[in-house]
Amino acid sequence: MRRADRTPPADAAAGEDKIIIRDLYKIFGPNPAGVLPLVREQGVGKTELLERHGHVLGLDDISMTVRAGDVHVVMGLSGSGKSTLIRHLNRLIDPTAGSILIDGAEVTALSGAALRHFRRHRASMVFQRFALHPHRTVLGNVAYGLRVQGLGRRAAEDRARVWIERVGLTGFEQRYPAALSGGMQQRVGLARALATDCDILLMDEAFSALDPLIRTDMQDVLLTLQGELKKTIVFITHDLDEALRIGDRIAILRDGAVVQEGTTPEIVMRPADAYIADFVKDINRARVLRVKAVTSAEIKGARGAVLSAQATLEEALTFFHEDPSGRRPVHVAERGVVGSVGLPEILRAIERPNVGPSDARASVLTS
Amino acid sequence: MAEPNWLIDFPAMDDESLRAFNRAIDEAYRAFTRTYGAAIEDAFTPLLRLMVWFEQLLLGAPWWLVILAVAALAYGASRGWRLVALVVASFLLIGYLGMWEDTMRTMAMISVCTLIAVVVGIPIGILLSRSDRLKAAVVPVLDVMQTMPSFVYLIPVVMLLGLGKVPGLMAVVVYAIPPVIRLTDLGIRLVDKEVLEATDAFGASPWQRLWGVQVPLALPNIMAGVNQTIMMALAMVVVASMIGVKGLGQPVLRAVTNQYFAMGVLNGLAVVMLAIIFDRVTQSYGRRLQRYRDETR
Ligand SMILES: Nc1ncnc2c1ncn2[C@@H]1O[C@H](COP(=O)(O)OP(=O)(O)O)[C@@H](O)[C@H]1O
Ligand SMILES: [Mg+2]
Repeated sequence: MRRADRTPPADAAAGEDKIIIRDLYKIFGPNPAGVLPLVREQGVGKTELLERHGHVLGLDDISMTVRAGDVHVVMGLSGSGKSTLIRHLNRLIDPTAGSILIDGAEVTALSGAALRHFRRHRASMVFQRFALHPHRTVLGNVAYGLRVQGLGRRAAEDRARVWIERVGLTGFEQRYPAALSGGMQQRVGLARALATDCDILLMDEAFSALDPLIRTDMQDVLLTLQGELKKTIVFITHDLDEALRIGDRIAILRDGAVVQEGTTPEIVMRPADAYIADFVKDINRARVLRVKAVTSAEIKGARGAVLSAQATLEEALTFFHEDPSGRRPVHVAERGVVGSVGLPEILRAIERPNVGPSDARASVLTS
Repeated sequence: MAEPNWLIDFPAMDDESLRAFNRAIDEAYRAFTRTYGAAIEDAFTPLLRLMVWFEQLLLGAPWWLVILAVAALAYGASRGWRLVALVVASFLLIGYLGMWEDTMRTMAMISVCTLIAVVVGIPIGILLSRSDRLKAAVVPVLDVMQTMPSFVYLIPVVMLLGLGKVPGLMAVVVYAIPPVIRLTDLGIRLVDKEVLEATDAFGASPWQRLWGVQVPLALPNIMAGVNQTIMMALAMVVVASMIGVKGLGQPVLRAVTNQYFAMGVLNGLAVVMLAIIFDRVTQSYGRRLQRYRDETR
């Protein structure tokens, strides 16, 4: 029976709900259950809970859905509860209240052998500070998850070698982590997590400790692998550029609560409040947003060269050099022309949204 | 008769009660000895056999073979020739000065005592690292064991088991075991929390986590504990000669009672050489265990 449920539900159709988090609370302190009603029923906030009741509100009524095959980014400033949230998904932290369903199974109810089985075969993790085993070689580290699963040394190392090659570390198999640069160590961390064949990948600020150039490299490595593996990835970051680059959907956390969740264009074009507006104010919208985000279904009257829905707005602008007042048809691969777009919508999308005063981030940092 | 003034003289127990108190304890212990002495002695027979066997092995083997074996051990631990040269020179000198046999006996004793201390001490250290309450209960006992004057250990073991190898062994092990326990506990507690979290995240069982991560990463500290234990055992082996443990301690004891200065110094120096050899071998092994930390190739 073990053997049968070892294979994850093969490629749960992309887009289906994979991870469903409902009403999740985490309170740190001596008596979390005792103060939970204060938070849940009386709406006591993080600051008051700490000052008046001596407990830290880690997660405050989180509800979130992650779809199969998505890269789901969770973003927020330091201390907003990102690490706490992702550690609930493989139960490195136990919730105070709430439910986490993964493929319909309640993760919060797992314990002992069932929990170990879940961690071995369903969800693997990549850590901000790598957390490699210093006494194992690169090969030993990448094979570790497989060894824990119960695979023999030879079989585990053979499979580990494949992943070492995939992350570009061939030739370094016998090195110890201390001899590798940060970027290379995180490649080991990524290979270690991928080698176990889990269908869920948890990445807690996996690239935040790396230099900007190396970070972009690693993002490319991840995106390339993901294009082929189609895993469900929960990716934590505090870096908006990173979030926009690799995220299909983005959830923004503040003080342990989700303040907005949506696709990249939704977040960029319709920030829910000043806090998020401040987050997104400095990004280059023309490069981040794609034509599909501003396309309207109206096809009549469109003329001129056909635009791809995947083109960035920056690329789209060049199509309006001639005949700027006309609308251009928009084309989606396999579906043909689906709508049209005009210059005014593009310009409006590129404009900075004007939501309240933009000192939100400063007040968060000092609070 | 005036009452004694307790403000000036300490209000001590009177001599009569003190004697009765001591006698009561001694009687109780003697009763324990009479009841269980034989059983305990039987329980130690395998250890006695092991020790006798090892001693005979060292004494029976040709001297050059012993030196070769220890030199090979030194090379294995350090992968360097300097330590090997030190070992060979020390043993040649010891043999030349006529202390070969006593040195072999002491080496046999130290090896068996260290083995027992490691086999018993590491599991205790592991248990301590897993429970703060157990640790709070055991650490004071270890403190007492380490600070109690070593001669005191000789009394109960002699009462229990008489003179000879086994009581000597017990006294040495009890005196020397605390460092292994302490440093095993410390080493495991010092293992990086993030590394352990990653280990858990991959679904390691408590057993896989202990033997695959905690103990290997604690090994340099554990080796430091073994090293200290060996040093303490060497010191105690000399004291244990008072209850009939043969080896380098006996000539030292004779030298003290008869004022043979040269004999005392020579045998004392042989102990020092053994100490240096054991120390260097275990330390370089401990260093080799951590070479992954600064490996640059
Ligand atoms: N074990 C803990 N005990 C008490 N407070 C904690 C603990 N872990 C995290 N916290 C608190 O929970 C909040 C969220 O922390 P964390 O999830 O690490 O944030 P992030 O990863 O977004 O920087 C912070 O206020 C932090 O101080
Ligand atoms: Mg964090």
